[in-house]
Amino acid sequence: MLAAILAAGLAVGSIYALIGVTYNIMFSASRVMSFTSGQLGMLGGVFGALCITRLGLPILPGFILAMAGCALVGLITEIVAVRPVLKALDQHLYVLSTLGFALMIQTFTAIEWSTEPQPFPRLIGIGEGGPWDEKFWLPVVACFATIVGLELLYRRTLVGRAFLAIAEDNFAARALGLPERNLRMASFALAGVVGGLAGFAGGELLLAFFANGAMLNFLGFVPVALGGLGNNRGAVIGGLALGVFQQTANFLMGGVVAGVAVFAVFIVVLLVAPQGLFGSPPARRV
Amino acid sequence: MRSLIPYVLIFVAALLLPLFANDYWAVIGARAAVYWVLVAGLNLVVGYGGQLAIGWVALLTLGSYTASILVARFNLDPFLAYAAGGVVGALAGVVVGLPALRLRTFYFAMTTLGFATIVTQIALAWQSVTGGGIGLPGPMLAAPFDSAWGFYLLCLGFAAVVTWMTANVASSRYGRSLVAIRDAEVAAEATGISKARLLIIVFLFSGFTAGVAGGLFATLQSYITPEAFSFDLSVTFFIAILVGGRGSIIGPLLGNVLLTLLPEFAAPLVAWSTFLYAALLLAIVLLMPGGIAALLDFRNRKPLESNRSIVPQPDRVRALLDHGPVRDNIVLSKVVLAFGGVRAIDGLDMTIRAGEVHGLIGPNGSGKTTTLNVISGYYAPQEGEAFLGTRVLPHGIPQARSALGIARTFQTPRVIGEASVLQNVMIGATIDGRASFLEAALTLPRHRSDEKRMTTRAMDALEVVGLASLAAVRADRLQHSELRFVEIARALTGRPAFLLLDEPAAGLSTEEIKRLGILIKAVAEAGTGVLLVEHHADLIFDICDHVTVLNLGRELAAGTPAEIRAHKEVVSAYLGA
Repeated sequence: MLAAILAAGLAVGSIYALIGVTYNIMFSASRVMSFTSGQLGMLGGVFGALCITRLGLPILPGFILAMAGCALVGLITEIVAVRPVLKALDQHLYVLSTLGFALMIQTFTAIEWSTEPQPFPRLIGIGEGGPWDEKFWLPVVACFATIVGLELLYRRTLVGRAFLAIAEDNFAARALGLPERNLRMASFALAGVVGGLAGFAGGELLLAFFANGAMLNFLGFVPVALGGLGNNRGAVIGGLALGVFQQTANFLMGGVVAGVAVFAVFIVVLLVAPQGLFGSPPARRV
Repeated sequence: MRSLIPYVLIFVAALLLPLFANDYWAVIGARAAVYWVLVAGLNLVVGYGGQLAIGWVALLTLGSYTASILVARFNLDPFLAYAAGGVVGALAGVVVGLPALRLRTFYFAMTTLGFATIVTQIALAWQSVTGGGIGLPGPMLAAPFDSAWGFYLLCLGFAAVVTWMTANVASSRYGRSLVAIRDAEVAAEATGISKARLLIIVFLFSGFTAGVAGGLFATLQSYITPEAFSFDLSVTFFIAILVGGRGSIIGPLLGNVLLTLLPEFAAPLVAWSTFLYAALLLAIVLLMPGGIAALLDFRNRKPLESNRSIVPQPDRVRALLDHGPVRDNIVLSKVVLAFGGVRAIDGLDMTIRAGEVHGLIGPNGSGKTTTLNVISGYYAPQEGEAFLGTRVLPHGIPQARSALGIARTFQTPRVIGEASVLQNVMIGATIDGRASFLEAALTLPRHRSDEKRMTTRAMDALEVVGLASLAAVRADRLQHSELRFVEIARALTGRPAFLLLDEPAAGLSTEEIKRLGILIKAVAEAGTGVLLVEHHADLIFDICDHVTVLNLGRELAAGTPAEIRAHKEVVSAYLGA
């Protein structure tokens, strides 16, 4: 019982955390929060099912193709919905442009893929049923692999340090001669892969379903709000906590109450600590 | 009056619709009208207040279910049920809206989206009351509203009333204040606008219209299920406003009609309608952020006169200020304020006397603007206090300064680019308005006298600073120097006892600086105390009665201009030989 709740909680929590990381990567590169984050998670599942089940590709090429697709969507997000509104960041037009683009992705998927949840292929076949089923631990593994990978990227490679420099101080980074635009595009492609990975690894759990996008948009943003914008470790802690909390409430009191409880926690945390539990205070206004 | 023409045309066209269209169009027309009842209210939140409430469908859902449940289970009169739906919508509107007081745009958008999801889930799960997925019948109306056209005309009536009310609100001080917190929040606070109070009233109103729209929607649908309240619908409302243009009524009205009718003219596209709306949203944001309203704004396309000059009328300052003698002084006593390790103000004593111009000079980073921000309430001193007379100036509530008679301008002018110069200046008189929101919405006499008084006073202020000829022009078309004078006019409109000017001469020509000096002098002579933060030494020495020189947050010297000019350290540290 407890094992089942924990397994499901950590699994969905990892997916939420990865979507949170997707938000963070995009934000670090551009100061933009994008509604496409959750849609990338949805696309990870849909592309996976498309490549492996429908097109019949083997798992590894199917995986690579699905990730490439998500990277491409991330890239297009940057070009279509982010870059044009960066000039007037203070007018918050990005909220509208990314919302528009995210809805386009969502309705396009609903019409061209399916409005019903479609099955996601079984990837490995370990732990049939029970709490050790791969559908539970795959997202967790994906989440930790991503976090370790990102840490290595940011701390050990030159490109990663350039990412950090952009996130820290955009103007200074440009003054140093960093190719800010290319780095931003790379960040969005990377965000696409991370979001897609969330959907792919969680595909057996969430299925390939167009409405996952909107769901992940919200539940993936909760860890960001909990952990503080741009803070990946905060997002992982927040995501896992959210997942376990949600599944516990779900088990004890049913899905609707769980939904209300998650929303209530989200609102309360935001109102008490608008910067998130691990975030930094806001800049001066005057 | 000319601005009424488009509304009248649309209304007459809508009235004539029954004469040459079939019943099917009655349903479409009623839908457009019902949606507009919601969108018109939401327009105040989104288009005027700039709060990105994307999940407003939740209030439609609540209104719908409230009205339907009251009629189906308690046999209430449908019109009372609509009103009850409106009340529930209003309360929910405040609940959904409240986070906006603390959260930034994207966060707020997310909370409204989350709320919309929750409401639908509850409607689905609470079967004993809502009928769950099976749903329940909407309120049925008696004759003459039971026919398609009868109901259409009823909805049209609601839509017309809501249009009238929102248009009244939009042109009142409430509408101006909303735009002010959207585009110039800090300046809005300085003029005494309380964001919290304003938004709560507007969320109540907007929630009410959404709730009423919900009741009408239930009747229109004749049977409601949670599916009817999709997120797509919410997005449609939101997009209608943005397609129409922010800060306009007629634009969103046209946008709403357009979006409701679009699927009817392109039947094969119905499945793709949400996709098209989303694409439209993206296109509007990227290509035409002003929306339909900007296309229709012919007046602001006429070129402005190119060699205009600002000619203030200092002799009229006294009549404008007209606040009687100012008795109290602003006194800073041992104020300390540190940002991290930097002591921006380090034990400052200073007195700003009524009727005097007090200059505050010093090198960059010496704490001049920080001092001004302490007085105007944006920063709280960590030690020491700022007093007005003997009263301590309260910390952290800049919106309370205006009522104490303290007005200010900003280093970079903070004006509302999309509003006219006159509207910008009228913001300064906001706290003098007496009419309530409802009086404004219904244009009752007190509201009309408010408006008349504010308009006169703002026009007077514009004449005083010499910008009366530009009153009707959009503020973002003005030159930098003119914006500086607009800010001063806005501050003077509130008839301040103290005026804090943050580098008013920056970016002005020599001639303009001279005129500015005469104007400031006249303001002080009318009894107002002026704090002048400046870098132009000539201006300071010309017009100040008293000068304080800051260095590293401390007073380096203080005295009359003549004393300062002769002060050795000041000359070597700041003025130069």
